[in-house]
Amino acid sequence: MGNYAIETVGLNFNFGNQAIVKDLSLQVPKGSIYGFLGPNGAGKTTTIKILLNLLKSPSDQVFIFGKEINSNRISVLKRIGALVEQPAIYGHLTGKENLVNRCILLGIKKVKADEMLSLVGLADAANKKANKYSLGMKQRLGIAQALISDPELLLLDEPTNGLDPNGIIEVRNLMADLATKHQKTILVSSHLLAEIERTATHVGIINKGSLLFQGTINELHLLSKPTLKIEVNNIESAYQLLIKEGYEVTDKSEHVLTLPFVSSQNSGVLNKLLIQNGFMVSGLYQQRKDLENLFLDITKAN
Amino acid sequence: MRALYISIISEFYKSRKTLAFWAAILLPLIICGLISSGFYYDAEKIIASHYPPMLLWARYSGAALNVMGFLIMPFYVIFMAFSVNNIEHKNDTWKMLFAQPLNKFSIYSAKYLYAILLIFICLFLFGTLTYAFGHLLQLMVPEFNFDQYNPLNILINAYTKLFLASLGILSMQFILSLLWSDFLKPMGIGFICTIMGIITANVGWKYAYLNPYSLPTLALRITNVKKGADPLAFPVFTQEIWTSLIYASALFIIGYFIVTKKSIK
Repeated sequence: MGNYAIETVGLNFNFGNQAIVKDLSLQVPKGSIYGFLGPNGAGKTTTIKILLNLLKSPSDQVFIFGKEINSNRISVLKRIGALVEQPAIYGHLTGKENLVNRCILLGIKKVKADEMLSLVGLADAANKKANKYSLGMKQRLGIAQALISDPELLLLDEPTNGLDPNGIIEVRNLMADLATKHQKTILVSSHLLAEIERTATHVGIINKGSLLFQGTINELHLLSKPTLKIEVNNIESAYQLLIKEGYEVTDKSEHVLTLPFVSSQNSGVLNKLLIQNGFMVSGLYQQRKDLENLFLDITKAN
Repeated sequence: MRALYISIISEFYKSRKTLAFWAAILLPLIICGLISSGFYYDAEKIIASHYPPMLLWARYSGAALNVMGFLIMPFYVIFMAFSVNNIEHKNDTWKMLFAQPLNKFSIYSAKYLYAILLIFICLFLFGTLTYAFGHLLQLMVPEFNFDQYNPLNILINAYTKLFLASLGILSMQFILSLLWSDFLKPMGIGFICTIMGIITANVGWKYAYLNPYSLPTLALRITNVKKGADPLAFPVFTQEIWTSLIYASALFIIGYFIVTKKSIK
């Protein structure tokens, strides 16, 4: 237990009769960037709210830095910074005032507000009212609020929502910086696999409230092996040929054969084989599985 | 205590640029200003009536107090209870507030105390401005006899009663505004209850005091009745005031349980 920043043990949570989180056992190692992946409505936000004690979990199911959350609410919250759903911002206050208000609540020096504004690139908009901010600016301000107390653990719920490509890259770099240089633990949720793949060291995949996969990013890569798509004429004969030659064909549609991707060289050999046998190959490309297919795979495996 | 203190400071910081905060200052300033200018421009007629000093003060301060008692006060309290909670509903900041390392009771009581503080400031200004503007009128129109009677006690008593009598409504409206994020539900319920309160208080129904919304009217009514006899002797802690305080504390505690059970979705 000592090595985990977050550990949930068979966590269950219901809204009325509806089970939102089922037997969830998260293990987020200290110092990791944990990608919490799942489609909309999978239970990601609910889980994050439970980790913040906004929703009350059954006792002895949620531990933050080894401490049970319900009986250590305040001391646990002191070590967490969070951005949940839309950033919680007072629209009638300026960006700076929003941060100063947070400083008041946390009992920290108000100069931190300026520091954070520069960190997230909002120094120029410090005195602009927050309801005049663009979605991306609000998101940055939300991140600044989460960071202002210099917490050991950051919970970021879809932090790149509404950001432009530059903003997404900045947030990504910021997370990497925080984890490597400042030894923070970051739990970041997303519904985009590509996004998580680029930043996370560990991944948990949740669907309909259940954890389908949990492990390091490399373990995930083993699962999400890319496929090779071959667009070819006379598909039935091509299919027969490949089977005869001992290849595994996982899918066959009207014009496309799908095989597990092995290597570029192997793809070249396949291409040559088909052409030498008189087929016309009009396309041959590697395709990574998207989240949807990965889910299907993982659910099948379960 | 520290958590409560910083929560109240934060409430002030958040609201200092909103209408809710300024209403506490502007409302007494405008109403007392209007009444005083009325007295100033009508000075000749009023002087011609030859009111004794005590009655002149009663007419002058009653102009604000009477309207306050049964109309402005309940609605002002409804508005305050709404504003203090609405700032979080509107910005969707409840989750942020309750994710801070502060105990929930401090966050809740800070909001409640801040609403009380705003009502106190408002009524304190009403009392102070009535007194100050009365003397200002005297300076501007020396024929008035405001300076021959000291209304301080009666003003303090009346506004203290009004303040205490409104706490029951505050707690009730505070809960309604916690539960619902829109303005119409708490306002609608408050409006209906206030009208019921005014009617039951005015027809002199025996149990009118059980409706917290009728308490400001009732509290001031007794003031008026006893004023003729001995204006300084009317007691502050009457049945209405105790009822209001009991309502206020019971509903305050219920409100806290609602807050702790409230799921922040």
